[in-house]
Amino acid sequence: MKFAFTDEQDMFRDTVRDLFADLCPPEAVRASWDNEDGRVPGLWDALAEMGVLAVLAPEDAGGLGMDEVGLVRILEEAGYAGVPEPLMEHAAVAVPALAEAGSELIEAAIGGATRYSVALSGGGPNVLAAASVDALVAEDDGALVAVPADAFTVTGAESIDQSRRLARVELTGECADLGGADAALANDRAALGTAAQCIGVARRLLDATVEYVGERHQFGKPVGSYQAVKHHLANVRIGIEFSAPLVYRAAWSVAHPETHDPVTRGRDVSMAKSTASDAVDEACRAALQCHGAIGYTFEYDLQLWLKRGWALAATYGDARGHRDRVADALEI
Amino acid sequence: MDLELASRYIDFREECRSWLQANNPGQIASMDTPEGFEVHREWERVLFDGGWSVPGWPTACGGRDCDLIEWLIYEEEYWLSGVPGRVSANGVNLLAPTIFNFGTQEQQDYFLPKMASGEHIWAQGWSEPEAGSDLAAIKTKAIRDGDHYVLNGQKTWCSRGAFADWIFCIVRTDPEAERHAGLTYLLVPADAPGMERRPIGRLDGEPGFAELFFDNCRVSVDNVLGEEGQGWAVAMAAAGSERGLNLRSPGRFMAAVERLTALVRAMKEQDHDVDARLRDEVTDAWIKAQAYRWQTYQLAAGLMEGAEIGSEASLGKVFWSELDLELHATALRLLGDTGEVVDDNDWLDGYVFALSGPIYAGTNEIQRNIIAERVLGLPRR
Repeated sequence: MKFAFTDEQDMFRDTVRDLFADLCPPEAVRASWDNEDGRVPGLWDALAEMGVLAVLAPEDAGGLGMDEVGLVRILEEAGYAGVPEPLMEHAAVAVPALAEAGSELIEAAIGGATRYSVALSGGGPNVLAAASVDALVAEDDGALVAVPADAFTVTGAESIDQSRRLARVELTGECADLGGADAALANDRAALGTAAQCIGVARRLLDATVEYVGERHQFGKPVGSYQAVKHHLANVRIGIEFSAPLVYRAAWSVAHPETHDPVTRGRDVSMAKSTASDAVDEACRAALQCHGAIGYTFEYDLQLWLKRGWALAATYGDARGHRDRVADALEI
Repeated sequence: MDLELASRYIDFREECRSWLQANNPGQIASMDTPEGFEVHREWERVLFDGGWSVPGWPTACGGRDCDLIEWLIYEEEYWLSGVPGRVSANGVNLLAPTIFNFGTQEQQDYFLPKMASGEHIWAQGWSEPEAGSDLAAIKTKAIRDGDHYVLNGQKTWCSRGAFADWIFCIVRTDPEAERHAGLTYLLVPADAPGMERRPIGRLDGEPGFAELFFDNCRVSVDNVLGEEGQGWAVAMAAAGSERGLNLRSPGRFMAAVERLTALVRAMKEQDHDVDARLRDEVTDAWIKAQAYRWQTYQLAAGLMEGAEIGSEASLGKVFWSELDLELHATALRLLGDTGEVVDDNDWLDGYVFALSGPIYAGTNEIQRNIIAERVLGLPRR
């Protein structure tokens, strides 16, 4: 029993964090709101080169052969940076599904040449980046299939987070069967990956707000010196403190099917997503309240993370839905 | 990361579980009654004789040298087994770490074994009528007179203080010094001449705490813990333990939420409706207990590598005390209009006790200030 990350996992996380800080600063996230495809120029190729897309691919398929425990911390950083790419969908769901199906499509996926999103039952009707990706891993009648871009049509749906380019998709052409890949597992991976991003968004909102209330003065002193403001932010910190370990714990469950049957895995993932959704919801509300009117403007960057937080809290199951699944596992 | 228990831990859990099962005395009277206090002292002796009263301590002091993971497993099994609570908790959890850190060899040799066996039950004498959240406002004076201090003043909200054998106090040895300076950590025997104690009825009516009055009470200088005048620093070392995982380990809440889910299942079997909202509350409590558990295992991994818990302990204190309150409130909502009936109603007892959680060991308002200022770095003023 050792609930700690390895030095290797820490170092990889730090490297990716630096990459995001470099290539995906707030200006780049904001630019992705207005450009044609909602992307950050150069980021995807850099992620491919660093191996981030290949974290869950086995080494004999050219991947890094790491597991979900290593990946969730990367996704946490993606949430922190506000990365608009379908990184979670690609790296946490599509790549391992292709690997488990033994599909030769994996090579182009981990190299970044084929950029995937996913269309899963747990993700609702709208698919992230559907119009710009090269392919989907889709759930079709309970089974997973790989769908090239010419085999599905898209109908756009505008998200309040305009860096999340959503669309409804309809499968119209020939799909590659991914027999051997498990749709329930894919849904759990997506919920887990979303939970990790929620933690990152919550941390970003907290950091931004701590900085702001330290600088903003009213009545001759920083607003962050007032107890009412302090207590809002202490609550956000508590929410993060007690949800992040459940995300890591769920990553361990997903990564160890030999000791975690699907019910236990699903319970652990749902614990993670329900608490992470609650944590980011609370972070959004407190961050906006502590910023006051400036936080309510379109111009100020806080809104980028507020809207991401709202979206991710509800995507791949909201807190209440996931608690229902935990309740079922508890047989209450 | 490795979240599987090594076989030695699995064996340890089994050993712990079977001993507790075999030695469970069943329901005994409340520790906050005169007779219940003594029955609980006997239970401490049973634990001690079995080697289970202070498993985390060195064997030389009556423990079994458990590492932190073993201690957490022990706590999980302890609370799950349904054996009585620990009348020695204040001493074992709050004072002992301070004695290990600051006590002289003589103090360690004298006090620790007696604490482990239940011969000495300890109470905490920190708060005063004018020094609650603002602990540094302590006024009780202890003026040196030869090889004794002469104490004058008053302590209050002294948990277990009505029946305890010893009190660990913070007193002002330098009346000229202000606030955090001039304080001293002093161990006071309950039979010290010049000390009078008056039990205070707690919310449940039992004398769960006491006021202490010092009227020229004489205490030997040998009973100073740490240096004279260093009381604040010495005490704060224990405050970390008090708020952190020592005082309320996850096992306590993990056991409580298992009872809560069992209550729901039992109600459903008897065809009672459990509405969706209550089911959600129960699940939320269950998840939070697991969250506290895994957060603690994460902390433990750090501690075992030499990290220390500082102000972060306040995060846990707020979390577990509010979880405890919520889970008991949920249970009472499940019981509905029978919840107020006191006979055989552990949930009601637990609720009344849980109400004190956000107040004792530093109110949750103070904890949130600490989190904001020392963890997040917000300006103090």
